[in-house]
Amino acid sequence: MKTPIQFQLNGEDVAAFSDSGSNLLDVLRESIGDLTVKGGCWQGTCGTCTVLVDGAPRLSCVTLAEACAGKSIETVAGLRRGADLHPLQNAFMEHFAAQCGYCTPGMLMAAKALLDRNPNPTRENVVDALCGNICRCTGYEPIIQAVLDAARSDNRRRA
Amino acid sequence: MTVTVKTFARLADAAGALSSERSARFLGGGTLVMRAVNEVDPSIQTIVRSTDPGLLHIALSSGRIELGAGVTMAAILAERELAFLHPVARAVGGPAVREAATVGGNLFARSPYGDFATALLALDATVMFAGGLGQRELPLDEFFGRRERGSSLVSGLAFKRPAADTFRFTKVTRVHPKGISVLSIAAQLPLASGRVTGARIAYGAMAQTPLRAKAAERALEGRTLDAAGIAPALAVAVDGTSPTDDAIASAWWRREILPVHLRRLLLGASQA
Repeated sequence: MKTPIQFQLNGEDVAAFSDSGSNLLDVLRESIGDLTVKGGCWQGTCGTCTVLVDGAPRLSCVTLAEACAGKSIETVAGLRRGADLHPLQNAFMEHFAAQCGYCTPGMLMAAKALLDRNPNPTRENVVDALCGNICRCTGYEPIIQAVLDAARSDNRRRA
Repeated sequence: MTVTVKTFARLADAAGALSSERSARFLGGGTLVMRAVNEVDPSIQTIVRSTDPGLLHIALSSGRIELGAGVTMAAILAERELAFLHPVARAVGGPAVREAATVGGNLFARSPYGDFATALLALDATVMFAGGLGQRELPLDEFFGRRERGSSLVSGLAFKRPAADTFRFTKVTRVHPKGISVLSIAAQLPLASGRVTGARIAYGAMAQTPLRAKAAERALEGRTLDAAGIAPALAVAVDGTSPTDDAIASAWWRREILPVHLRRLLLGASQA
């Protein structure tokens, strides 16, 4: 049975028909076509499918799509600021924080959730914010440094 | 396979739908049920959910605390008056899981998950249900005994606010800062004239459900929280436990290390 669903995706209204009981990840990728969201485990374990729902980080693979009706969803596809990359994206490149890149969309969204709430995070804050996201390539340190650097650069720009 | 989703504004109506259909599951935060749906669990054909604001209810008084079953770990962490529970809520997954995972859902998490339920057991919590005749409350340890049988809908939990500095929690995990429990221990240790009176100790991942360490509780009664005072409790620490082998740890290992971590917790040397 197909169920209609409407929400905001990266600031724009979207509507789709999804199979009843579908998770948000499958709806974003298969019904709406936002392939920037990656699926890893479909068990809520790896964090690579992290998106923001009304500003809070959520694992889209274990989020019922129908429960997101009327909400605001953010994915990596909406991270750019006009023609410019988001400071997190720049910092990830500067610090070689992506190798295979599969975890990167989830890492970026988990980091954005942190910086949106806490523009001056400590290293401990960053480690906690990313602790639900698995990366098998980098050893995490470049990612942690990238998030701390993005916070510093964003704060410099706002000053 | 698709499942049917039924959404109800009133929790009582959701309870009715849940009890009338054997293949229905109530959806809390989704971390358990959606995982099963993704794995095409044939026992789930209907998802029941409710938008009843009562699920998100937090009532704090000097004596009693009530938490709606839909209160998330993130909501616990946002509530300053529940600071004694913050180390427990922080032990449940990463930030994205904490935004979704609910107090009520944690009661249904299979071992070795269920750290928050372990803490609630040490707090002598009672479980409240929606639907049926009148208000019902069931002690949490009785609830665990019949968890697999019932189709009742948990609406919330209640417990007495513990006296200041009497509640302790530790989670033993191989991966930091976030990992699945090798085991967890929660304890409520009221003191009278420096001696333990009415201790409550609960273990997570030491059986199919969280369980009370009743032998250790009895052995602590009237004792001091020092090395000599806790020795009898440590001697019976594993009594009544029945841990299982899993990918995180063997049952043997869990039994071996339980007294070590109980000792640290009782002496106040443990970190959550």
